[in-house]
Amino acid sequence: MVRRVATLLLLGALCGSLCGCSPAEPETSGAPAGMRRLTEEQYRNSIADIFGTHIQVAGRFDPILRPQHGLIAAGTSQISVSPAGFEQYQIMATSIAAQVLDPAHRNTFLTCAPKDETSADATCAESFLRQVGGLLYRRPLTDAEAKAYTAAAGEATRITGTFTGGLSLSLASMLSSPAFIFEIDATEPDPNHAGGQRLNAYAKASRLSYFLWNTTPDAALLAAAARGDLHTASGLSQQVDRLLASPRLEGAMRTFFADMLQFEVDAELVKDPAIYPLFVRAVKEDMPEQTLRTLVDVTLTKAGDYRDVFTTRDTFMTRPLGVIYGIPVPQKSGWMPYQFAEGDKRAGVLTLMNFLAAFSHDGRSSPTLRGKALRELVLCQPVPIPPGDVDFALVQDTKNPLYKTARDRLTAHRANPSCAGCHKIMDPVGLAMENFDGIGVFRAEEGEGAIDASGDLDGVGFATAADLGRVIHDNPATPACLVNRMYEYAVRRSSVAGERAWLESLNQRFVADGYRIPKLLRRIALSDAFFKIAPPETTKEALR
Amino acid sequence: MRTFDRRRVLRSLLGGSAISVALPLFDCVLNGNGTALASGAPLPVRFGTWFWGLGVTPGRWKPTKTGKDYDILPELRPIEPFKKKISIFSGFDVLLDGKPNFPHQTGGPGFRTGIAPPALAFPGVSFDVMIADAIGGNTRFRSIELSGIADSTNTLSGRGAGQMNPSESSALAFYTRVFGPDYKDPNAGAFVPDPKIMARKSVLSAVTEQRQELERQLGAADKARLDQYFTSLRQVENQLAMQLQKPEPLLACANPHAPEGFDVGHEVENVVKNHELMAQILAMALACNQTKVFNMHINNSASSLTKRGSTTSHHQLTHDEQIDEKLGYQPVATQFVKDLMDQWGTFVRVLDGVKEGDGTLLDNTLVVAHSDTDFAKVHTVSSLPVMFAGSAGGRVKSGVHIEGKGEPVTRLALTAMQAVGLAQDRFGSGSMETKKPLTEVFA
Repeated sequence: MVRRVATLLLLGALCGSLCGCSPAEPETSGAPAGMRRLTEEQYRNSIADIFGTHIQVAGRFDPILRPQHGLIAAGTSQISVSPAGFEQYQIMATSIAAQVLDPAHRNTFLTCAPKDETSADATCAESFLRQVGGLLYRRPLTDAEAKAYTAAAGEATRITGTFTGGLSLSLASMLSSPAFIFEIDATEPDPNHAGGQRLNAYAKASRLSYFLWNTTPDAALLAAAARGDLHTASGLSQQVDRLLASPRLEGAMRTFFADMLQFEVDAELVKDPAIYPLFVRAVKEDMPEQTLRTLVDVTLTKAGDYRDVFTTRDTFMTRPLGVIYGIPVPQKSGWMPYQFAEGDKRAGVLTLMNFLAAFSHDGRSSPTLRGKALRELVLCQPVPIPPGDVDFALVQDTKNPLYKTARDRLTAHRANPSCAGCHKIMDPVGLAMENFDGIGVFRAEEGEGAIDASGDLDGVGFATAADLGRVIHDNPATPACLVNRMYEYAVRRSSVAGERAWLESLNQRFVADGYRIPKLLRRIALSDAFFKIAPPETTKEALR
Repeated sequence: MRTFDRRRVLRSLLGGSAISVALPLFDCVLNGNGTALASGAPLPVRFGTWFWGLGVTPGRWKPTKTGKDYDILPELRPIEPFKKKISIFSGFDVLLDGKPNFPHQTGGPGFRTGIAPPALAFPGVSFDVMIADAIGGNTRFRSIELSGIADSTNTLSGRGAGQMNPSESSALAFYTRVFGPDYKDPNAGAFVPDPKIMARKSVLSAVTEQRQELERQLGAADKARLDQYFTSLRQVENQLAMQLQKPEPLLACANPHAPEGFDVGHEVENVVKNHELMAQILAMALACNQTKVFNMHINNSASSLTKRGSTTSHHQLTHDEQIDEKLGYQPVATQFVKDLMDQWGTFVRVLDGVKEGDGTLLDNTLVVAHSDTDFAKVHTVSSLPVMFAGSAGGRVKSGVHIEGKGEPVTRLALTAMQAVGLAQDRFGSGSMETKKPLTEVFA
């Protein structure tokens, strides 16, 4: 026993000195190699980065999937392509390929000239398809692929009678193929673990790039993969630091936050204009951007403590938003920094419009929806589904003279014991935000009842919504939730049981790092866990 | 509103009259008795679903009498002229086996897949997809999904969460997809295969050649997803192949004109217009043999329909609105049910207005209309409102009200599958597993 501990210590010391990571990160199981469908954003970013921003991508994408209590990013490893979806991919691909090879842009990519524009030229076609294919597939084409697409171009040229016409159709089929539409984990034998598999260098490059940039790997990253750099600690950290230093990181983090806070709710958001005449289109457009700017400002621009997003008095305003917040905004257009006064009722992103409006009803606020969102999205504490046969009449009758405020109504509703269990989790925190109506405008009273925003979060009391921000800031579930979500976003699947110990240690490092997101990103991107591949499973059940 | 040019019959439909006007005859394309095409192939049987969200109003929809002489209550009045062609089913339940009733997400998927969802996700293969797999093969589109409200995720058709068939939600986009540049008019005299389509089809082989190599790298679940991808690819290949063959002339097929494009949103006034246009284009897509299977979802399960000038949604009203003591129901929420049932009447009228063979397009179709709940206020999934319209080419007896008395709703799905010719002997899981179709419905 003693000897074994000594050996472990020795190994730990060795590893510590070799890879500069001390103490050693807990071993993880990883998950089997997977296949993730590019999101609409990733598809668009990839096309713009490979062919240029002038290429129009016009089409409809198959629906996203948000797994229960999970991220859309993780849903990408569960979705496929429907027949109507494939039809759309093919339409987009045909149009993109035609634009790439139209007379105005052809020379950018087609560096050879065919012998004759009306007949096939396998050499020229193959050189084009290998070059473009390597970018689309994020790895060099296999010989079989190059041969198949060159043959396809030749056949299409024979049918259509033009070289570029045939080449363009072959490119379109490449753009419709699984190797482009999906990011597929390619593995190879792991030289460090006999019998084990690891991601190959190109798959590592894709994983890094879609995590930190939300787009396809650039030429430098593909070159690093080709050289084998990504398999070495120094080569990997060099690329990770380059990716982290790029302004593109912000785009990926915006996508992460929008995913974590379920911004897709905004797309379907409508408010009753009779009740909320201020909720105009410009306001609806600016409100998610305000929250994103605030999040980016705290976590990236200032590289601050993540928990400060719940307490910060700093935000950004536009003139339309100023109307909602009751703040004069002198400039006609664009964004200006704004600081809420010390002691203001607002502080932190949960008191900004987007959260308040998105988790409200059409015509009134909802302490329950807000409380549920706070628990599930910010603290990663799932709330059970309500029973199907609840009579909501009491909660929803805002004109009942006995129950003027939402607090009165929910208290009466909680008299029903089958409802009380869950509402005790949601309502006290949700009621803290009752000073803001269904679109987030401040109010002191509801009807003629004064609003009492006090309450407690798991035993820690607060008096106002701004106060609640401080309680969330100090709750250990807040950073732990962020760490879990970030890892899920990085690997684009749910974490598995064999990763719990590692996530726990990652959380401790996050605490020690002062809750800095860029440091968290770096730790994930450099970790073994991020790239780890478990042996393939044979049954569907075993994968769950 | 001018949507179609060639056929007055359709114009008269638009005017609200249900008269079938004699069409310019292409008698040569039908056999002597009008029941089959000139080639001897029988007229195809079509299948579709018509879904509406948030159910019906207690005491205003469900007939009080069963059998042929069922009575028409206010919410079924729009189908009165077609009573002989529509059967009503009540008392058929989604059985939960102790699983939770997820409000608005249990009833629809539960009926369509025969599985009460154990979690918030579409739990299996919907029976319309099983039907499309069986009969949708030799048309351009294996199936077509449509949504009256502007939401492509509004669908109950799929192979499980992550493999859902998205809906077309604009009449113009739907028109373009079917009758746009790639459409080959079956009644056009001359036919020259389009080399562009030939080339588009040929390059897809480069993709399918990579299949084995890709599969080699994947686990079982991902192999299934890749399989789904290739099924979708094959459908498009098939679609292109269909366009390279000279289509068989079709008497009932008339090429519609493009509808105007407009912002649909969720306002019921726009949704109604969108649905009517889609119904007309769909009727022609069926008559022109572009598809045999369709899924129409006029609104969504948690109906986000609103009245112009208000944004209180239909869903919100079903919960918030007080029951009027004198009327005995929620007056505004009930208005939405009326609007939806009016559209169901319109849908049936449009299909019945297309003359085909001895009967109408509706006669050669089986449409299963259903909602996701009986009474939305409390989200009941027992006694789902279900209707069958049409007779699947004479294989179904219609015009009756059958009371299920708590039998699983999967019996209706199994009945529909067998009626359109599937060799399917059971459907559903748990208490909803059934081997018993409603034999009294078969002709």
